[in-house]
Amino acid sequence: MSGDAPGVDGESRTTPEADSRPLPGEQPGPEEREHPAGRRNLEGIRIDPVVEAEQESRRAVISALVEDEPGVLARVSGLVSRRQFNIESLTVGPTTVDGHSRITMVVEETDSGIDQIEKQMAKLKPVISVGEVAGDAVTSELVLLKVEADDPAAVHAVSEMYDGRTVDAGPETITVELTGDKRSIDDALGAFDRFGIVEIARTGPTALARGNTPTAPGEKPGTAGEPTTHDD
Amino acid sequence: MSDTAAQPRSDGDESADSSTATDDPTDPDENQTAGPVSTGAESVVAALEAAGAKTAFGVQGGAIMPVYDALYDSSIRHVTMAHEQGAAHAADAYGVVAGEPGLCMATSGPGATNLVTGIADADMDSDAMLALTGQVPTEFVGNDAFQETDTVGVTRPITKHNYFAGGADTVGDTVGEAFELSRAGRPGPTLVDLPKDVTQDETDRTPGPATPPAGTDPDPNADPEAVEEAARAIEAAERPVCLFGGGVIKADASAEARTFARSYGIPVTTTMPGIGSFPEDDDLCLSWGGMHGTGYANLAITHTDCLIAVGTRFDDRLTGGIDTFAPEAEVIHVDIDPAEISKNVHADYPLVGDAGRVLDQLTAAVRDAPDAEAWRDRCEEWKETYPMTYATPDDEPLKPQFVVEAFDEATDDDTVVTTGVGQHQMWASQFWTYTEPRTWVSSHGLGTMGYGVPAAVGARVAADTMGEEDRDVVCFDGDGSFLMTMQELSVAVREELDITIAVLNNEYIGMVRQWQDAFYEGRHMASDYTWMPEFDKLAEAFGALGLRVDDYDEVAPAVEEALEYEGPAVIDFHVDPEENVLPMVPSGGANGKFAAAEDQL
Repeated sequence: MSGDAPGVDGESRTTPEADSRPLPGEQPGPEEREHPAGRRNLEGIRIDPVVEAEQESRRAVISALVEDEPGVLARVSGLVSRRQFNIESLTVGPTTVDGHSRITMVVEETDSGIDQIEKQMAKLKPVISVGEVAGDAVTSELVLLKVEADDPAAVHAVSEMYDGRTVDAGPETITVELTGDKRSIDDALGAFDRFGIVEIARTGPTALARGNTPTAPGEKPGTAGEPTTHDD
Repeated sequence: MSDTAAQPRSDGDESADSSTATDDPTDPDENQTAGPVSTGAESVVAALEAAGAKTAFGVQGGAIMPVYDALYDSSIRHVTMAHEQGAAHAADAYGVVAGEPGLCMATSGPGATNLVTGIADADMDSDAMLALTGQVPTEFVGNDAFQETDTVGVTRPITKHNYFAGGADTVGDTVGEAFELSRAGRPGPTLVDLPKDVTQDETDRTPGPATPPAGTDPDPNADPEAVEEAARAIEAAERPVCLFGGGVIKADASAEARTFARSYGIPVTTTMPGIGSFPEDDDLCLSWGGMHGTGYANLAITHTDCLIAVGTRFDDRLTGGIDTFAPEAEVIHVDIDPAEISKNVHADYPLVGDAGRVLDQLTAAVRDAPDAEAWRDRCEEWKETYPMTYATPDDEPLKPQFVVEAFDEATDDDTVVTTGVGQHQMWASQFWTYTEPRTWVSSHGLGTMGYGVPAAVGARVAADTMGEEDRDVVCFDGDGSFLMTMQELSVAVREELDITIAVLNNEYIGMVRQWQDAFYEGRHMASDYTWMPEFDKLAEAFGALGLRVDDYDEVAPAVEEALEYEGPAVIDFHVDPEENVLPMVPSGGANGKFAAAEDQL
């Protein structure tokens, strides 16, 4: 750096002067240096390269309370795509508080990835609170399923078996409404498959925490003027 | 800069947050009550004045005309730029030098899209800036009206937050909030899109005091228990090193950073945006690390057992390959943004808070300096083994590094240096000895060629606004970068701005040429200009002083003449086109395996 360059003593240089320090070509190369043996993995965590494996991804349900303002969904979905978060589904709907919505996302990510999703979402101005739904969340999704009506009695029987409801029956197709968690929906779809599935529309799962646990961190159910009694 | 860091503070200091200027009730310029207004546009201007905005950079246009009209009688100085990109860069640089949010303005459509590069640049570098854009009247929005662009949609991923103004009664409050949000917590650009009917409509609603939105002004103090744990790690370290990032400068925490490192004898590296946070002529300073950082900084980062990183986001140009980045270090990571903790590099000791506050907390919490004498000696040896030098053979053209050193010698420590992006930027950061914060103004994260000239305009206006007319502003530019935004020279001439632009002209996109030589078998595809305008004559045509330099003995006189000239000066330095930026860590490589010379790549 110039501070320790030669020829600085008060007079400005007009031409380069001899420099006793080693020039780039005289400096030791990478092979002549010591290098540490340690390593980090892709998440930037120090690892023992011999034993430590990469983090595995897992399924997590993330719930966010947001202010219901224009563009909030675009902000959340834009964030998810820009940062390459792996998401299975995203649902949005009103809460008990006027002007608030709940966004429920199911993601498939490593622990570090889940942490990043929560922190990056928390930085969005309309996001009031966000976190992974603690413990064994209650999740449910709604499915509308249109199957061929060649055997209406059989369709009805399968529908009953999975607590489905026939919402439309025509001469050629029957539309069934199903709700449940991922596993029961998958089972039901397997059973309906043999009738010939014409169309399907799924909402993706939404979720609440069990018992008294708040679904989003800091959320206080039944407060902030929420309509909690039948008198409202 | 805060001068409260002379002594370590005690734990549990709960005094008011001094990390943002708005919280200082004694500052007479801040948060005055806005005067009476009659239109939305007047409300916008009243809110800006009340929030303390003194300067705006922009370009007129149809949809923003009501706001410009309201500026006619305002105390805010408006600098008309040649291009909206220049307005955004000038506002960004103004903010860096002044420590206040920069303000830029443009009309709808192309005006707004031209701002985009500058907004993205500010976003990547976490610079506080407010952009105001005109928009077609609300009832035309969505109809593909003349000069309509979905500005909120386009700028959503590159702003901290953006707003679509809803009505004349509320627009002043919205603009005030956006201004304050840009500097709350981790700074960043905000934008308010202003439909013409909103600014034209009548209102008598005076905007209220500007405040950032709820939940956006974080607690400046880190968790005291976490601080204690980090302090124990520092005490136990044998090879500790500080890594001061741009966050130290944004938090005005250079004094706290200096106190901390000197109190405990811990060697210091910086990131590129962190240049100036710690004096590079201090014995503890190893200068900056990363792709073209010093060999000694990269070796210290590679061999440390305790990395104290403050206000850095561990960009890939800093870390090289993550697998080999400080691979044996416990990492103490201080940042105001919790999302940066363990984003790229795992933090063993995360400390979320304001850089200055947390450094004071650490200074107070560490009981005994780590036993690091041997480590300091080792760092000193690296400095001697891998000094920043360059060869100057008689048969080769003028070396660009010499030009940078000549300017450094001829100017004071408070000189502001701005740059474009490329080889010249690296030489300007390597061969200038920075000692003060807010003197290095560059495009780091986005790497925007053309940043230098408009940034010099913004930096000059900032220094003048602060009453520091005697400070020099020097822009090092490349020939490629200069060609991208040199039209802002017209602004410097018109506004009589005393800036000096040193074009390190090698008639190449030099960094690309260097990479082509190293990694593409020397195939100079689209990097060789083969012809360049005569920049000295071009400068004269603009009304600036234009000089040309080809040889070593011409350098000092030209530098002197340009610096003494009252007004903008351009020196076209014809430098060695074959010169490479060294040392270099190949992309994704190990910092400790930097190449000191070309043949080590």
